[in-house]
Amino acid sequence: MAATDFLRKRFMPHIWCPGCGHGIIMRALLTAIEKLDIEKNDIVMASGIGCSARMLGYIDVHTMHTLHGRALAFATGVKMARPDLTVVVPMGDGDALAIGGNHFIHAARRNIDMTAIVMNNSTYGMTGGQYSPTTGCGEYGTTAPYGTVVQPFDTVELATAAGASFIARTTTYHAREMARILADAIRHPGFSVVEVLTQCPTYYGRKNEKGDAVEMMERFRDCAVPVGPLDDNGRATAADVEAADASVETIPIGVFRKEVRAEYCDAYRRQVIEPAVAAASAAADAAGGDR
Amino acid sequence: MSTSRRIEVNPDWCKGCNVCVAFCPKQVLALDERGKAYVANIDACIWCRECELRCPDLAVTVVVERAS
Amino acid sequence: MNASAQKPDRTRVRFLQGNEVCAEAALYAGMRYFAGYPITPSTEIAERLAERLPQVGGSFMQMEDEIGSICAVIGASLAGTKSMTATSGPGFSLMQEAIGYAVMAEIPCVIVDVQRGGPSTGLPTHASQGDVMQVRYGTHGDHSIVCLTASNHQDLFGIVVDAFNFSEIFRTPAVVLIDEVVGHMREAVDVPAPGELDLTERLLTDVPRDVDYHPYAPREDDRLPMSNFGGVHRYNVTGLVHDMWGFPSEKPTIVNDLIHHLYLKLENRKRMLTRWREWSLDDAEIVLISYGSSARSARHIMENRRSVGVPIGMIELQTLWPFPSELIRARCRNAEYVVVVEMNMGQIVHEVKRAVDRPERVFLSNRVDGEMITPTDIKHLIRVIQGKGV
Repeated sequence: MAATDFLRKRFMPHIWCPGCGHGIIMRALLTAIEKLDIEKNDIVMASGIGCSARMLGYIDVHTMHTLHGRALAFATGVKMARPDLTVVVPMGDGDALAIGGNHFIHAARRNIDMTAIVMNNSTYGMTGGQYSPTTGCGEYGTTAPYGTVVQPFDTVELATAAGASFIARTTTYHAREMARILADAIRHPGFSVVEVLTQCPTYYGRKNEKGDAVEMMERFRDCAVPVGPLDDNGRATAADVEAADASVETIPIGVFRKEVRAEYCDAYRRQVIEPAVAAASAAADAAGGDR
Repeated sequence: MSTSRRIEVNPDWCKGCNVCVAFCPKQVLALDERGKAYVANIDACIWCRECELRCPDLAVTVVVERAS
Repeated sequence: MNASAQKPDRTRVRFLQGNEVCAEAALYAGMRYFAGYPITPSTEIAERLAERLPQVGGSFMQMEDEIGSICAVIGASLAGTKSMTATSGPGFSLMQEAIGYAVMAEIPCVIVDVQRGGPSTGLPTHASQGDVMQVRYGTHGDHSIVCLTASNHQDLFGIVVDAFNFSEIFRTPAVVLIDEVVGHMREAVDVPAPGELDLTERLLTDVPRDVDYHPYAPREDDRLPMSNFGGVHRYNVTGLVHDMWGFPSEKPTIVNDLIHHLYLKLENRKRMLTRWREWSLDDAEIVLISYGSSARSARHIMENRRSVGVPIGMIELQTLWPFPSELIRARCRNAEYVVVVEMNMGQIVHEVKRAVDRPERVFLSNRVDGEMITPTDIKHLIRVIQGKGV
């Protein structure tokens, strides 16, 4: 099976602008899914609102296009009802970190087994280029005509603090590595965050004089610094974490965390459901003796 | 056993962003007069698939067929 | 109309709080996933289910907020598990967008709103019935919705089961709207035996694998056979206006058909959806209309006045939405006065005015100070209407 066999081809070409990086991410995701050899019927994708959210309309799995910022909450319900399903949630930066920020950190804290792809283009593309939680300080958007005055979120640091057990960053330039990371993230039994820096040449690029899609991808290529190997606990080394704080001209990429920690559905089943069912059935047996 | 290889570009999906052209290490691809990507120099291709992986429109496919 | 209560079997009578009844009835209905967030006066529903759900193999989840709660509930339902959340006014406000999503995407779910005083944080521990209109019109856009309520725990048990049934039959969110008094009050409940109340399970499609399935093509009876996520049919679910495959469409005929469908699938079926009780209407010149805890006071004064020869009757509404206008019109035809008893500045009273032949004869007996409306409050209004003074 080829990666494009997962497409709902009747809806192509997609709605994204020429040069938009979202299509590269979709391709990498399909490559990852194909490589993992998961049945289409066993995959659920949930998305919120925005350019990123439109991805799942093109993918031939169970797809749920939900509310702005809430995709992880919907996905949480799906996963609780059917822990056997593979759940993937593509999100935009505004979707994941602004309106959906609360769901993002709590899904990470729960370590519920799903993969959140944060497609970070530093802007709200669908509504026409407003500044987002990842727009750099001083950068422009239609709602920041004088430049923003706030620091951007660092998705990797946020996910780290919130407790996600698999955390990676890559870019649309690094498409081959992205597919590998996404496969790794989907396979990881816990909450996985993959931030993909992606270009929006139409709004963010134009507003901030970053050039066309090619120039924006060249910048990803030139600024990317791979993080070193993880330590024995599956965490990036101190030096790499420090690098993640560096100036905007450095983009640390790679896997920052990959640690095995209790997964929510599994932990709830072991710690809560199984003992409760056992106690209830013991109580019922005891009561049955009285009848 | 022989292997036939080619690059297919779907012009209906291609939006002419130039990404495949710019990042091809061997200048195999180019944009035509309509602004769509096409295979200009297949002989130079090293089959690295960078064009396929990076095409934002999923319009480029590197086809490798093995026949015995 | 509900059958009158049978003589209770003492071995299964339990003394429960209204919120606990909601939890137990939901379990009876087959609810196996609950997601919620603590909020007075509904929290006991979450607390009881945190303990009880795992005992039957279900899952309880405390979410980060009410928005996450309703979204998770919708997700779980789409994946095939009967699901519920419970909240009060402030949380119910937060849930509105997602309730609209469940309406649009036609995903069954049940929401319990235990009303407290509002607006805003209002009166967390006091009674109110101020959310009636929010249930009906809280989300943006045009649609109908199911809203049920009860004044006592025996009825409440059945009403919660009804809410799950209606939710599954019509693939719609169903709201159980009780108030702080009913939620926190304790009274005896004759818990129905398994099988005693009818349960409606989800109507699943019989379209086989690999055959084109139309998740959003309603049958003639407006029902949509469903395929749960993880099943053999892969389709798209969206809050956008969509075609019969679930993919976005802006085609005017598709938009028109969908909006009509969402509205009429419920509004055309009031006969099936309406639950109510009525007393002494045959010769009633005065008709009281009430619901929830207010109906307890209304019924008390109705019986009290009847006992001294006043021709008074009463309707207790258990289905608030879709509003049973035809029922109200018919039952109030011979009434000289209609008095709507509710704890708000007038919500159902306007629906009653719209329904009856003589709206100028409809009066409101209300109270909005956080205290329960008393029989005396209602009696005073009746005396004023009759020109007798207080």
